[in-house]
Amino acid sequence: MDLSAINPILLIAAMIAAATPILLAAIGELVVERAGVLNLGVEGMMITGAVCGFIITVNTGSPTIGFIAAAVGGAVLSLLFAFLTQVALANQVASGLALTLFGLGLSALMGQSYVGIKPPRTETTPLGPLADIPVIGPIVFGHDLIVYLGLAIVAATWAVLTFTRVGLVLRAVGENHDAAHALGYKVKRIRTLAILFGGACAGLGGAYISLIRVPQWTEGMTAGVGWIALALVVFASWKPWRVLLGAYLFGGITQLQLNLQGAGVAIPVEYLAMSPYVVTIIVLVILSADKSRAPGSLGRTFHASG
Amino acid sequence: MTDLLALRGLTKAYPGVVANDDVSLAIAPGEIHALLGENGAGKSTLVKMIYGLVKPDAGQMEMQGSTFAPSDPRAARGAGVGMVFQHFSLFDALSVAENIALGMETPPPMRTLAARILEVSDTYGLPLSPDRTVGDLSAGERQRVEIIRCLLQDPKLLIMDEPTSVLTPQEVEILFETLRKLSAEGTAILYISHKLEEIRALCDAATILRGGKVVGTCVPRDTSARDMAELMVGSTLTTPKASSHSTGDVALAVTGLSAASPSAFGMALRDVTFDVHVGEVLGIGGVAGNGQDELLAVLSGELAAGPGMVAFQGRDMHGIGPEARRGLGVLSAPEERLGHAAAPNMSLTENAMLTGAAREGLARRGLLDWAKTRAFAQRIISDFDVRTPGPENAARSLSGGNLQKFVIGREVLQKPDVLVVNQPTWGVDAAAAAAIRQALLDLAAGGAAVVVISQDLDELMEISDRFAALNEGQLSAPRPTAGLDVEQIGLMLGGAHGMEVAHV
Repeated sequence: MDLSAINPILLIAAMIAAATPILLAAIGELVVERAGVLNLGVEGMMITGAVCGFIITVNTGSPTIGFIAAAVGGAVLSLLFAFLTQVALANQVASGLALTLFGLGLSALMGQSYVGIKPPRTETTPLGPLADIPVIGPIVFGHDLIVYLGLAIVAATWAVLTFTRVGLVLRAVGENHDAAHALGYKVKRIRTLAILFGGACAGLGGAYISLIRVPQWTEGMTAGVGWIALALVVFASWKPWRVLLGAYLFGGITQLQLNLQGAGVAIPVEYLAMSPYVVTIIVLVILSADKSRAPGSLGRTFHASG
Repeated sequence: MTDLLALRGLTKAYPGVVANDDVSLAIAPGEIHALLGENGAGKSTLVKMIYGLVKPDAGQMEMQGSTFAPSDPRAARGAGVGMVFQHFSLFDALSVAENIALGMETPPPMRTLAARILEVSDTYGLPLSPDRTVGDLSAGERQRVEIIRCLLQDPKLLIMDEPTSVLTPQEVEILFETLRKLSAEGTAILYISHKLEEIRALCDAATILRGGKVVGTCVPRDTSARDMAELMVGSTLTTPKASSHSTGDVALAVTGLSAASPSAFGMALRDVTFDVHVGEVLGIGGVAGNGQDELLAVLSGELAAGPGMVAFQGRDMHGIGPEARRGLGVLSAPEERLGHAAAPNMSLTENAMLTGAAREGLARRGLLDWAKTRAFAQRIISDFDVRTPGPENAARSLSGGNLQKFVIGREVLQKPDVLVVNQPTWGVDAAAAAAIRQALLDLAAGGAAVVVISQDLDELMEISDRFAALNEGQLSAPRPTAGLDVEQIGLMLGGAHGMEVAHV
């Protein structure tokens, strides 16, 4: 065992990067669920975003355009879910599962001729002298733009949900869609917009894996991150900052255990591999002991009567 | 004075039913106008059109002389129409202030809003704290949230859809004071109800709907409740009449019954003793929450009681569960229609199966006889005039009154030896209530023992042979109803706070 092989500064920086895909997908799903919709298709939207971002980046040479394409790809796929659940009034659980399966298949088809290609590198954000500060520089200021974007989305989501009328209406629709309808709010329109936002965030998260974390295209490369994000939203009691905490905890421990495996720690690999799940669940279960609960209309189909 | 709101020839049809047919009415500023009608007469559709939730097929609305055609509730609110819903349109997880902000077009910042809520709640005598979570409030307080939400927008017309159905008598008084104050300030109120005495006490004018049509208008103060009820129903109301009958042996005997309540908010029964004879109706009065639910649960077998406490035809019922009791002839109809007396998402046929299986022979060796069950459900529907397209409809699709008729009818038709009912006519319109009471009397005349638990003293005086009061889990000694006067009843109710004698 050689723990000195682990550079703590690089480790912490890597932890932050490892958490970003989960964070993006989870914050998007949080908004969707606060609007009262349960979209189990996160995994499918992530992988679709991953392949869209990858293809566009390889063809244009610009990761920025690639990430935009990823967000659009995720959103377009989520539009299918919005159509099924908000217009055709299909069951949300079944539609979400179908979306995941469809996304996995579609991305495999689209990515067939891109296997084994290396995408152009995504540059870190040029923060000038800030990145040169010892210790803090590499940890806080040495990341690509998407890491900061993820944090900004969390902060913005929290602020919008807490302080703005748009956020209040969104929560109201999720809490009691019949009452919101009676007050004259457009339940379906608000939910469709929330679903689109969730799809775009999931797409970004997927592209972060295929363009920065790995970076290459393999079939099914999101490997369950979408499901983790879904679980995270519940364990975080639908609160944005807890989603951030949970994502960093999970991403961080995933990175840490990889490093520990690499250093040859004398703990069976299986225990190390399960540690992120166990720790994240324990911490968030303890946190969710307060009386916060799911949005009242979560997962229920809204049908305007009269 | 010109009318504030005038409706002319409003018509709205749904597939298979004309909900409103050529409805016209006019409301003056400051007028409290009652909209009367039985369940399903089209009151809700009419107000939904005024509030912009439903668009009329034909007809015009005018607000202060100019055309008024709200495309959605926002437009209606903008024109000065506020509505307090029967089933409150509130968000449990949000605070009072947030709920109110949601119902406003341009809400002020939260701090200003909180101050205004306090100001309005003070002016109109509706105490309410802006920071509380709505989920923790009582029914009366929740209604205040809705009213204040409307008042903050200075409405010219306030629509109230059956506002008193969930309130205690004291809360009703507070509400009426508020409404009178508003009316004096020039706010018109459209008041929907089928509680006739309330309308007589409060309203200046009334429009009566039946089958979607206006069948009459009247000044409630100068019209008797009976006349209004007959207009609503369209036929002469028959007061339930007990045929002379003699009472026989003891059918059900309860001796020294004590039982803890299964609910944290319930009331334990303490040393309850009474018996009911064959052919007798025993009325048990008292304000709900004094052990009524627990008493019904013990008699139906849902709640276990000690040995020797409940005996049916001399046989100890200890350890005999609800299904076995049904087989023996002890039936019951609990108060809560949706969820307790009926499974909301199951069809009427399935609900008929749920309690009728044993006595009606609807199941044989574990196999269900659906044809027979459907016939049984159909019989309940026709005998009790349950208004529904058919027995395959879900229980939750029925209006409260119709479901109540179904629930009571289901038990009555099984020819019980003992029937226990809790609040049999709660939320039911006058004609249906009369029909239910008549059915209970007929049942007793046919040789059953009937226990009626009710908050409605007039109902108990009308149908019971003997009367007892349940208060804080204790039952007074039953006394013959004939010759009981209000004062004696008051004494029997003892500490039953807030029980209004003869309020309807």
